Amino acid sequence: MEIFKAEKVVKKFINTLALDQVSVSIPRGSIYGLLGPNGAGKTTLIRIINQIMAPDEGKLIFNGEKIRPEHIYRIGYLPEERGLYKKMRVGEQALYLAQLKGLSRKEAMSRLKKWFGKFGILDWWNRKIEELSKGMQQKVQFIVTILHEPELLIFDEPFSGFDPINADMLKKEILALKEEGATIIFSTHNMGSVEELCDHITLIDKGRTLIEGNIKEIRDRYRSDTYEVGFHGNADRLKQVLNNHYQLLETSTDGDLHKARIKLLHHTTDNELLSLLIPAVHIISFNEVYPSMNDIFIRVVKEN
Amino acid sequence: MGKIGLIIRREYITRVRKRSFIIMSILGPILFASLMVVPALIAMSEDQEVKRIAVVDSSHLFMDVIPETEYLKFDYLQNARLNDIKSTYSAGGYYGVLYISHIVAFEPNSVVFYSDKQPSLSTKMHISKAIEEYIRDQKLKTYEIEDLDNILKSVRTRINIRTIKITQTGVEKESHTGVAMAVGYIGGFLIYMFIFFFGAQLMRGVIEEKVNRIVEVIVSSVKPFQLMMGKIIGIAMVGLTQFGIWVVTTFLLVTMATTLLFPEMNMSPTEQVISQDIMSSGPVRAEPDATSEEMDEIMGFLSSLKDINFALTLGSFVFYFLGGYLLYGAMFAAIGAAVDNETDTQQFMLPLTIPLILALLVLINSINNPDSSISFWFSVIPFTAPIVMMGRLPFGVPDWEVGLSMALLVITFIGMTWLAAKIYRTGILMYGKKTSYREIAKWIRHS
Repeated sequence: MEIFKAEKVVKKFINTLALDQVSVSIPRGSIYGLLGPNGAGKTTLIRIINQIMAPDEGKLIFNGEKIRPEHIYRIGYLPEERGLYKKMRVGEQALYLAQLKGLSRKEAMSRLKKWFGKFGILDWWNRKIEELSKGMQQKVQFIVTILHEPELLIFDEPFSGFDPINADMLKKEILALKEEGATIIFSTHNMGSVEELCDHITLIDKGRTLIEGNIKEIRDRYRSDTYEVGFHGNADRLKQVLNNHYQLLETSTDGDLHKARIKLLHHTTDNELLSLLIPAVHIISFNEVYPSMNDIFIRVVKEN
Repeated sequence: MGKIGLIIRREYITRVRKRSFIIMSILGPILFASLMVVPALIAMSEDQEVKRIAVVDSSHLFMDVIPETEYLKFDYLQNARLNDIKSTYSAGGYYGVLYISHIVAFEPNSVVFYSDKQPSLSTKMHISKAIEEYIRDQKLKTYEIEDLDNILKSVRTRINIRTIKITQTGVEKESHTGVAMAVGYIGGFLIYMFIFFFGAQLMRGVIEEKVNRIVEVIVSSVKPFQLMMGKIIGIAMVGLTQFGIWVVTTFLLVTMATTLLFPEMNMSPTEQVISQDIMSSGPVRAEPDATSEEMDEIMGFLSSLKDINFALTLGSFVFYFLGGYLLYGAMFAAIGAAVDNETDTQQFMLPLTIPLILALLVLINSINNPDSSISFWFSVIPFTAPIVMMGRLPFGVPDWEVGLSMALLVITFIGMTWLAAKIYRTGILMYGKKTSYREIAKWIRHS
């Protein structure tokens, strides 16, 4: 079942159509990638989910019911451009933001102590935000985002600004949150993290949905019948056996190991290719080349 | 605690704890108290040292004419040459040289006072009055009126103008124009200052949240209107706190200073009369003692402060401060939301600055002329009313005018807040675009 559904959402700004009939459905417990180039409408969609803005048209369903103001207590949001009050003390600020998300002061305090301890930043409680390094500030903001234990978490470019060690730590925390049952929306154009973490994606550009669905299904949809063969022997022999049902895309050589990328044409199958190659060369490996999300992203955006 | 409550609390606490707030709270009353006490102190201390003045009288008419007081002594130097005295007077222990030319009866500029110090106004008045009266008496004598001396004595009258204000209910109230002017001006000016000072704080707060992008986190928990109102109210409370601290500590400081410096003033009226009698007993002089006259004035000023209806003045001050601040605060908040940094605020500040400065100019006019039509209109128009009305109130303003002014102010700030909320809501989420008036007009129309 979906934790959140948007149906045919339209949002117009003064001169632009930011979202044009966009629909997303976010399965409970998934990590959902919201992809798109700059200015695609990602931020607008996120703001609509957060109820910062209301859509002009369309339906919004949270947990099976029409979205209501109280639902924001069950959503956590980490915006891309992160910021806290620079002159405020860390602890006070975290308490304030947690209370705005509906936690009582007492509850917020005990949860904060727990998380600050976990991240090793308890000593910073009475320091001002401006005295903290950027990475420290990110940690504080992350804690504030998840403190009210939201069912739905929205991270806008969460890894930007983190060094590799902290980024890894964050990734583990995000996966742990998923284990605990939270649903996570990722807005990003970092395709590496999408492939690593996301189960579902939607790709939007210029306010319109280009692709939506399970990441495996999408990659299946965009597979290009290309295989990579690793072999020993004579590379020229391989070229000779390939007839016009196959297209040799590229070859490479590393010592006595050769590699070739071959695309199947005219409805030939991988087995037919293999039977053609076995007599000619000594095959070490044979696997299908899946398009990376990056390739799909660029291809789809360009096609539209 | 509600959401707005949380926001108000944060705005209030972070601002009240700031070093600048604490410094302002301490410096303000010291400044005000010294503004009230120091001039009186200077006037007093100056006249408490004995000044000996050398008189060079080339008309030979004025021997012993100028009456001496406790602190002013005159030596009439015969046959002295002005140029010699001018270079030696301070060695001779004189405060200055008074030169009276022989054409003094016909030429007003023929009395000259030479000194390396600036003589006080009362010293100058004392001398000129004595010379004027003497010349007048001498001129009268040339008419050869019988029994002139007695006539002159009997016509010498002292007048002290008391102004009595007749209120609408027919009650006669003694008014003190100088005090009313001072109270009106201070009240109006404080409101002007507070609107600018706290309005700018509000605007900077909004810009800070926008630049930090924390606004996005906050409006994902509360409505933009709640955030805006929370900030406006929180800062209003900071302003009231500051004002409260100022009023209480200024009052304490002035009371302390007056008990220490002018012990006579805390006597009851009967005691004052007695002490005045004692002061004026002793050798009977033709003129009342100048210093005691000044004391009377200072005491009169301070005691008439007590006659002003402070509860009413304070009450209206709080109302006009809040009303004016809420009206302008909404606009300051809208401006803060419309821009990306403080330097971009310039173009939008003009519509706020012009009415405020205009109000300050009219305020000066109003304390001199509280019932003029310009005072009336500017104290009714909501954008200038908080400042101008404060200037008029100490003189007494008809109830309907105050009511009209207050009602218009309330209506306008509600309308302005509604308008500002529209700008604010759109503006806080807009980044990286230079905003123009046209753009803002579109925001208002489309939201």
